[in-house]
Amino acid sequence: MSLSSRRTARRLAADAGLLVVAVAFLLPLAWVVLSAIDPHAGLRVKAPDGVTLEHFDAILTDEITFTPLLNSLLQCGGATALTVVCAALAAYPLSRYRSRLNRPFLLTILFATSLPITAIMVPVYALFVRVNLIDTAHGTIFFFAASQLPFAIWLMKNFMDGVPKELEEAAWTDGASPLQSLARIVLPLMGPGVAVVTVFSFVMMWGNFFVPFMLLLSPDLMPASVSINDFFGNRGMVAYGQLAAFSLVYSTPVILLYVLVSRRLGAGFALGGAVKG
Amino acid sequence: MTAAPHTGPDLAKTPGPPAGSPPPAGRRTLRRFLPRFLPLAPALALLLVFLAGPIAYCVLIAFTDLQLTGQAQESFVGLDNFRRAFRDDAFLNAVWLTLVFTVVSALVGQNTLGLALAALTQRASKPVRTLTGGVVVTAWVLPEVVAGFLLYAFFRREGTLNAVLELLHLPSQNWLFTLPILAVSFANVWRGTAFSMLVYSAALNEIPKEITEAAEVDGASGWRRMWHVTLPMIRRSIGTTLMLNTLQTLSVFGLIWVMTRGGPGGKSQTLPLFMYEQAFQNSLIGYGTAVALLLLLVGSLFSLLYLRLLRTEV
Repeated sequence: MSLSSRRTARRLAADAGLLVVAVAFLLPLAWVVLSAIDPHAGLRVKAPDGVTLEHFDAILTDEITFTPLLNSLLQCGGATALTVVCAALAAYPLSRYRSRLNRPFLLTILFATSLPITAIMVPVYALFVRVNLIDTAHGTIFFFAASQLPFAIWLMKNFMDGVPKELEEAAWTDGASPLQSLARIVLPLMGPGVAVVTVFSFVMMWGNFFVPFMLLLSPDLMPASVSINDFFGNRGMVAYGQLAAFSLVYSTPVILLYVLVSRRLGAGFALGGAVKG
Repeated sequence: MTAAPHTGPDLAKTPGPPAGSPPPAGRRTLRRFLPRFLPLAPALALLLVFLAGPIAYCVLIAFTDLQLTGQAQESFVGLDNFRRAFRDDAFLNAVWLTLVFTVVSALVGQNTLGLALAALTQRASKPVRTLTGGVVVTAWVLPEVVAGFLLYAFFRREGTLNAVLELLHLPSQNWLFTLPILAVSFANVWRGTAFSMLVYSAALNEIPKEITEAAEVDGASGWRRMWHVTLPMIRRSIGTTLMLNTLQTLSVFGLIWVMTRGGPGGKSQTLPLFMYEQAFQNSLIGYGTAVALLLLLVGSLFSLLYLRLLRTEV
């Protein structure tokens, strides 16, 4: 066989292999899309018996969808804002000044990025009960921000290292303080980096189940990641069509954010986002 | 906030005090150091109060008999919680299941499938590559609980997997009942493979074309090229991916909670679920925390290994 026909054969084999995997990965995804519009949705993938929007109609109420989504938005949005501001402030001295403490600090931060946060949720719960932060939105926001900070600082510092210091020099000669130069020169120049940190933090918190599950108790504070379980517990028989419709509504924002950012930034974002899975 | 008006940030060419020289007068360094590093304060405060605090508290109450309800004062019980754990069959069962879950889903599943997908992607045609990448990454971006529901539906007795098996005339069974740990492991592979795939794709793209082509001209077969040329060149990525997959898998809670609640009869109860059950269903916060501390120690060990692998890059 010649080299080129061997390559064609190899490409076909690779295509076939990938398609098998793609179909296997697609089946569970197909279920959620098809069940959401199927009037007789069950547990398996099948061609819908017709197209209906009744499941969406049923779930798009304040109690089932809008309040939980608003809670998600407030809690994750607030925590993301806090994370990004703190991370940008923290990254500036780490990126711009030299100190013997930088390396140990950064190593500690990197170490903290990969700690299993799940493991400390029981003591966090006990602690929050003691200091009256349990079942409060701000308590959850603080904890979300703290748990996301190590990775946000790490990412932000690496992006900031990419902005040449020479660009700030003009501002210093004009008498700008470091904070002014951070806000007016460095951050605008690393816009894509800030976008990555923001979107990544938000996506991680939006999908997080365990933290709000542990720290919140009142139903009217619950974000969508926890309230989705009500489809099983409290409403008697499971309405799979509604569950699928709700899953779609709840997942769409993060998928859109991911697509938006990865389109603009390419694989770099994918990898940046990847490190914590 | 203009604390240090005329000390602009150091340029790369003005390094700090060279190592080995005596440190300059402590006070002056401090006066220069403090305003410069003041912006670290908010982040540091959050990290100390909400991350380091709970970890310290974790260490503290792991040695007490703290309970959820009706207890005036908890008392220090030394190593009792740990002794109890190692005599507790349910704990040992959870350790074993965590091991199975981690090895099957993280070390073997996500890692091998991710590498295979990345290698195939290199050779495949563009539409197939885009489609597969899109589907696999979508599974990864979905919220954890949604992924749990999708795979719950997939593995249920009346779910899609059995439908496919019937179509192929293979025996079907109630997967979540007979082999729950395998079902949740596959769920974790479904959800987590994208990460390995993305890392390996990036690593493979960095291998210079000339090297693989030279091996091809020399007549090395596909497998031998993979084994002798490609794998040694991406061994650093393999190390970090294995570490991060393991760490992510050790802290999976929502996925298993939604699919099986750790059941039936503890047959898919990994350590995070065991810890939760002890602390909240059995109200034994002290005992649950001791288990959490063990999990944290294992996690820290892997974290340190990961840092060592990255050492040259920091």
